[in-house]
Parts: sequence; structure tokens; C-alpha cells
Amino acid sequence: MLSLRRVSAGYGSFRALFDVSLEVAAGEAIGVVGPNGAGKSTLMRVISGMLRSSSGELVFEGRSLTRLPAHRIVEAGIAHVPEHRRLFAKLSVEENLRIGAFLPQARRHYAERSEWVYALFPRLLERRRQLAGTLSGGEQQMVAIGRALMSKPKLLLMDEPSAGLAPLVVEQVFNLVRLIREQGFTVLIVEQNLQQVLAIVDRAYLLEVGRIRLSGSAAELKDNAMIQQAYMGL
Amino acid sequence: MTRVDIFLLEAVINGILLGGVLALLALGLNLIFGVIDVVWICYAELVMCGMYMLFWLHVFFGWPILLACLAAIVGVAGLGALLHLLVISPILGSAPINQLLATGGMLFFLQSLATLLFGTDFRNIGLRLPVIELGDIFISYSRLLAFGTALIGAIALYLFLSRTYLGIAMRAIAQDREIMGLMGVDQRRIYLTTSAVGGALAGLAACLLVLQYDVHPFIGLSFGPITFMICVLGGLGNMIGGFVAAFIMSQIIAIGGYYFSIEISYVLAFVFFIVLMFLRPQGLLAR
Ligand SMILES: Nc1ncnc2c1ncn2[C@@H]1O[C@H](COP(=O)(O)OP(=O)(O)OP(=O)(O)O)[C@@H](O)[C@H]1O
Ligand SMILES: [Mg+2]
Repeated sequence: MLSLRRVSAGYGSFRALFDVSLEVAAGEAIGVVGPNGAGKSTLMRVISGMLRSSSGELVFEGRSLTRLPAHRIVEAGIAHVPEHRRLFAKLSVEENLRIGAFLPQARRHYAERSEWVYALFPRLLERRRQLAGTLSGGEQQMVAIGRALMSKPKLLLMDEPSAGLAPLVVEQVFNLVRLIREQGFTVLIVEQNLQQVLAIVDRAYLLEVGRIRLSGSAAELKDNAMIQQAYMGL
Repeated sequence: MTRVDIFLLEAVINGILLGGVLALLALGLNLIFGVIDVVWICYAELVMCGMYMLFWLHVFFGWPILLACLAAIVGVAGLGALLHLLVISPILGSAPINQLLATGGMLFFLQSLATLLFGTDFRNIGLRLPVIELGDIFISYSRLLAFGTALIGAIALYLFLSRTYLGIAMRAIAQDREIMGLMGVDQRRIYLTTSAVGGALAGLAACLLVLQYDVHPFIGLSFGPITFMICVLGGLGNMIGGFVAAFIMSQIIAIGGYYFSIEISYVLAFVFFIVLMFLRPQGLLAR
């Protein structure tokens, strides 16, 4: 469904990604793990068009994304839940969902889509007139995910949805991700909670200083000695 | 009631009526600033252009006044879009001072162009609307009309910003520009639409002002500076703040004009502005 071939990217003269290649098949859940500053968010930004790649190729469903601006990539069917959620704090929950459905094809199905999101996150229905900035961290993450789902994406990119949340809420967020998977979405998720993310994905990539260090099935990575030593404290 | 009270009341009412048009201009300027993060120094000159459009269409080409008004609104909306495309868009990424200089340059350009084309004559549209007599109070019908229309314009803008996808996106973009693309929003289109809406508000203001004032190339100077003061007083980009500030400033001008003279009243408004900038630099309604 999505494939990256030797993609490089950076900020100004600083290079954050080096020749990254990656495959996501329809229906899969894929994890991207790695330490702080590895380039995980940069990778997500390149896929969603927030950042232009400097070389390499991105193909989604047989179509090149390499030169497309971000709003065209959403149109193609990729939604990005950005790092730190990035809600419109001074807009209500409902207005945040409306923005998520800005594209003409999503507008037409707004009523049905929002009903579906509210069914997925009943908490949001109670709070839909509340300003997004006044919600709890877990609720805000629900809005961020719901907002991305409003465009009815085929592929959902999630950048550390559990960051900054209390352990109990982290548990809830992983349950949400599992729920979204079951709804048939293809998911590419960045996470630092290695144990938990490996429990919900099919395969994962380990990114270190801008390069793919390792990749394999979730089970393989869980048993990998290097990963156990460096990231799981075993 | 004594006679003095009635004149004071009349001044207050006139102040409210003036406030409506100023509020409309403040809304337009704040909208542009909030969404595009650019200050259109030449905003009042767009109003001047609208007044000329109306004058020529109605007086010279004999268009019916309502049609001419509509054409002026559409025309100034187009002018706003053009201003964005030709002047702002190429320098969006550069330092704010460059943008100020560019739109400031447009101010002189438009004034000079109008002088060149139309001369410095004062031109009147020649429409005399009646004066309404309420007991002992006289209210000019054109001012009442201006106020009512400005209020309707403000309400329409409010509905647009709170109910439509485009309007909500305009409010969102002021909070986080970078992720608008992820929402499927093409920033350039939003900027262009905003510029057109801002222009349309200036066009509407032009229709209302032409009822009360003569047109000349420097008419913008009568409204530009006071509009900027109002926007800053309300907190730049703060729509509600600007709306409230417009009525406060117009009251100062009206009541000051009643007790002293119209020149002194502008001085008072300016002093009030400066004092408030010391007390509340973030704007009237800032928390
Ligand atoms: N806007 C930016 N400008 C310049 N450098 C940046 C920018 N964003 C990220 N970087 C740099 O790029 C590198 C990769 O950053 P990135 O945010 O992709 O890491 P990450 O893996 O997501 O880290 P974290 O787990 O902390 O979120 C880092 O060295 C970072 O300093
Ligand atoms: Mg990151």
C-alpha cells in the first residue's frame, strides 16, 4: 500500500533521515520505534507531506507522493495524527472534527462520519461543545485521532499517541489503537513504549540516528537480544 | 429634558452609528491579521477605491444605487484578492517589517493613483436621504442605515466564521498554521478567500461612508488611523475586542465633539489610546 524507497530528508543543512526504505501492506499495523531524536517524527512528516524529502521515492497505492503538498496527500487517503496532538485548543471538539472533514469528499459524509467517531469515543459526544484545550490528555488524544479519522483515511499515521499520558491512560490509548485496527484501518504508529506497541503491531522497524537499524515481525523484535538490552532493560 | 441633554443624547446616538462602520473596518482588518498574519496598512485606501467605484458607476454610468453598491463590494473584494496575490503572497515568508513596508507602499500608490486619475476634487454622490425626527432628536437616515447594515455585516461574518467549513478553517489557521495541510486545507486558498472577504468588508464600508462623506483621494486618512487604533486597542486579531473598541472610540469622538470640538475629540481619542496602551498593552479584552 505504502512504500518508501531510500528516502532522505532533513531540516536545512541538517540531515535527519538517511536512505530509509519501508513497506506497509493494506490491513497491516506497523510500528516504528527508536530513541529520542532518531527521526521517527521526521519520517511521519515526510510521508504526510509536512516536510519535503530531499531524495528517494514515496509511493502510495501505485501513485507517487514525492511532490504532492500535504493537502493532496490527505486527499489520497493518508491521515496523520501529529506529535503532541496539535488540537485547535480554542475551537470546540465538534469544530475540531469539522476541520478534519474539510475535504469536499469528507464534508459530504460529515453527519455519518461524526456519528461513527462519537460512537467510537462516547466521551467526546458529552464534550462536543467544550473547547478542545480544556479536555484531559486522554480525551485530547481521542479528539486528535477522531479528527484524523474524519477524512476516512485508508492509512492512519500516529506519532506517539501515548506520550505524556498517565500509565492508566496509556493503556486506554493502546486499546483505542487496537480498536481502530479492528475497524480495518491500516496503521503506521511511532511509539516509545516498546513492550506495548509490539503487542499490537504485526511488524516493526527500529530507527536509530536516521537509519533503519532492524526490522521484523513483532515477535522477532521482542526476542531480539539487542532490543531487549537497549530498550527493554532486560 | 433640557435642551443640553437632548443634544448630548443626539451626540451619543451619532457616536453609536459611527461606531458601526468603524467596527466593520476593524473586523476586516482583524480578520486579515488573524488569518494571514499581515497588517494591511492600506486598508482604508481600499475603502477609498470602493467609494470611487460607487461614485463612477452611479453618477457617471447611471447605475441604480443598489447595483452600484453590489458592484463596489465585489470590486473591492477582487481588489483585496489581487492585493494578496501581487503584493503579500510573494513576501509571505519574509520579515513582518517588509510586509508592513509593502502594504504601506500600497497606501501611497493607491492615493497617488487616485489623485492622478480623478484629481483632488471632492466628489459627492448626490444622494440626499431624509432626517428622522424622534421627538426633539434628529437622526440622519443615512447614518441609521449605515449602522444597521454594518450590524448585519458583522452578524453575517460571525455566522460565516462559526458555521461554515471555510470559516472554521480561518479560525483554526490562526492557531496552528503548520498542520492545516494535514487537515486537507490548502493554505493559499484560505488566504485568498480571506483577502477577498476582507476586501468585501471594506467595500461594504465604502457603500455606507459614501452616503455621508465626499470622495477624494485622501479620504482613507479620515478612517485608516482610527481603525488601526481600534484594532490595537481591542487586541490585534481579536474580533470581539475590536468590535467593542470601535464603539468606545466612536463615543469618545462623539461626546468629545459635543463638549469641545471635533478636532479636540480626536486628540482625546488618541490620548485615551495611548493611556490604555500603557495600562493594557495586550488590548482591552486580553486576560
Ligand atoms: N523543525 C526542526 N528543525 C531542525 N531540526 C529538527 C526539527 N525537528 C527535528 N529536528 C531534528 O531532527 C532530528 C530527528 O527529530 P525527530 O523529531 O524526527 O525525532 P524523533 O525520533 O521523533 O524524537 P522523539 O522521540 O523525541 O519525538 C533530531 O536531531 C532533531 O533535533
Ligand atoms: Mg517525535
